[in-house]
Amino acid sequence: MDALASFFLENQHMVYIVVLSIFLGIEVISNVPAILHTPLMSGANAIHGVVIIGAIIVMGHASSDDYLALVLGFFAVVLGTLNVVGGFVVTNRMLEMFKKKK
Amino acid sequence: MSSFLLELSYLIGSITFVIGLKKLSHPESARQGNLLAAAGMGLAILGTILFHEHNGERIGNIGWIVLAVGIGTVVGWMAAMRVKMTAMPQMVSLFNGMGGACAAIISIVEYHSHPDGDALYLLVVFLGLIIGSVSFSGSMVAFGKLDEKIKDFSAKWLTVFNLALLAVIFIVLATAMVSPETFGPSVLWILLSLSLLYGVLFVMPIGGADMPVVISLLNSFTGMAAAFGGFLYHNQVMLTGGILVGSAGTILTVLMCTAMNRSLLNVIIGSFGGGGGTSAATKGDQTVKEINLTDTAILCSYASKVCIVPGYGLAVAQAQHICHDLEKQLEAKGVEVYYAIHPVAGRMPGHMNVLLAEADVPYPKLVEMEDANGMMNSTDVVIVVGANDVVNPSAKDDPGSPIFGMPVIEVWDAKNIIVMKRSMRSGYAGIENPLFFHAKTKMLFGDAKETLQKLVAEVKMA
Repeated sequence: MDALASFFLENQHMVYIVVLSIFLGIEVISNVPAILHTPLMSGANAIHGVVIIGAIIVMGHASSDDYLALVLGFFAVVLGTLNVVGGFVVTNRMLEMFKKKK
Repeated sequence: MSSFLLELSYLIGSITFVIGLKKLSHPESARQGNLLAAAGMGLAILGTILFHEHNGERIGNIGWIVLAVGIGTVVGWMAAMRVKMTAMPQMVSLFNGMGGACAAIISIVEYHSHPDGDALYLLVVFLGLIIGSVSFSGSMVAFGKLDEKIKDFSAKWLTVFNLALLAVIFIVLATAMVSPETFGPSVLWILLSLSLLYGVLFVMPIGGADMPVVISLLNSFTGMAAAFGGFLYHNQVMLTGGILVGSAGTILTVLMCTAMNRSLLNVIIGSFGGGGGTSAATKGDQTVKEINLTDTAILCSYASKVCIVPGYGLAVAQAQHICHDLEKQLEAKGVEVYYAIHPVAGRMPGHMNVLLAEADVPYPKLVEMEDANGMMNSTDVVIVVGANDVVNPSAKDDPGSPIFGMPVIEVWDAKNIIVMKRSMRSGYAGIENPLFFHAKTKMLFGDAKETLQKLVAEVKMA
């Protein structure tokens, strides 16, 4: 319990960000027409690719003799980039088709 | 100064994610929203590479990082540009799995570098590992299923087994928190393998038709895994981005379930298809009436209002463009044509709209299910192309049917129904469709694309 309390006090602002972001996420998504469900899912999919930043941090601070961290970090950056780039490009391709004709 | 620039890039990144998601939920601004979020992401990534510091140390190994980003960009870009529109759901699932794997790897490396962190640090690391791994292996199975490489597999014991497995994961996790020496460093590999297994077994029994819901759920899982990474590094943009996707993804999942009139629990536990022997629809000896092309062409040409109900079969046959030709031919003859789109037509909500938009069908011609149902009474001919479960009357009147309660397009209110189908095989959900035996229904057998091509020619002559 003490650990939890001190964790809360230390990370208070992060807890606030989490709680408010949850409400924001719900608010932003509600009232979406069904036709946009797929592009929206795909767009959200690209956004969680933000995990790549963690991968860059891991890779960037791995010491040069820590091969496990370097190799795994390298893979993590590749996979994260795949998620980000692939996600945004696929979403863009889908949405391109919704363009108003003329 | 550099840490200010870093935090500024994160703040801008977070703002673009929120505005991007908001814009993505309106048809006019969706594309702009996607590009905005992508730009914000690029900025946050660039900021991290240039300005991130940990204990006064800048990011090292830049050459390798740039190489990895380069590989990911080229492969991701090519894959995304080459994938066919029909295979879009698999692609989204695949990219989602990549994100999950990335989160899991981060946790592995973190634990490897600081195995003796305090309990809460370990909790965050392990939760990132568990959720990331489940998301990865689950997405891979979902990908395999949608690509029809993996068959459905369901058994009564599996539900129980999965719950037990989940319990074991939590027990191991709790033990590792309370007394880290029980398992030692191998706890990482135990949790990793259990979570990967759980991801596979969790998605395995879920029917193909429910796959979009699962992908959306796994999507929000990956968001959560990314948020745990944000906690780990006190990284605001990972935190906001991850949580935003986590909560928006959960809501999206619920919306999809609502569109099918089922609860999330029902999707996860009660698997679709398979059994269903209690259905009253299987009466055997019913006969279907066939119609030939010429009659179909005449029926349509002299109608005043025609409705086209497209389904996944249309997409598989790549017949969207010919369908659009048919619509133009009929319009030239003064027939009013509209498309009735079920929210889950295709393999994902909105999938059919994307496919028809690809074929240049004007946006106002796509009528959503509820409005279309209101128009059925005044419609002379309904042409069902490659759709099945979304026009199944059992959903309305047969409580024994597995899809009972799902909203469907009520085509039987129209004056004539023509069902274009390859054979009498049942739909994706594997259930019988009494519509084919309906008094108003006439069947036009054949490949969707070929039949439509011939029909267009017949309509020209009619």
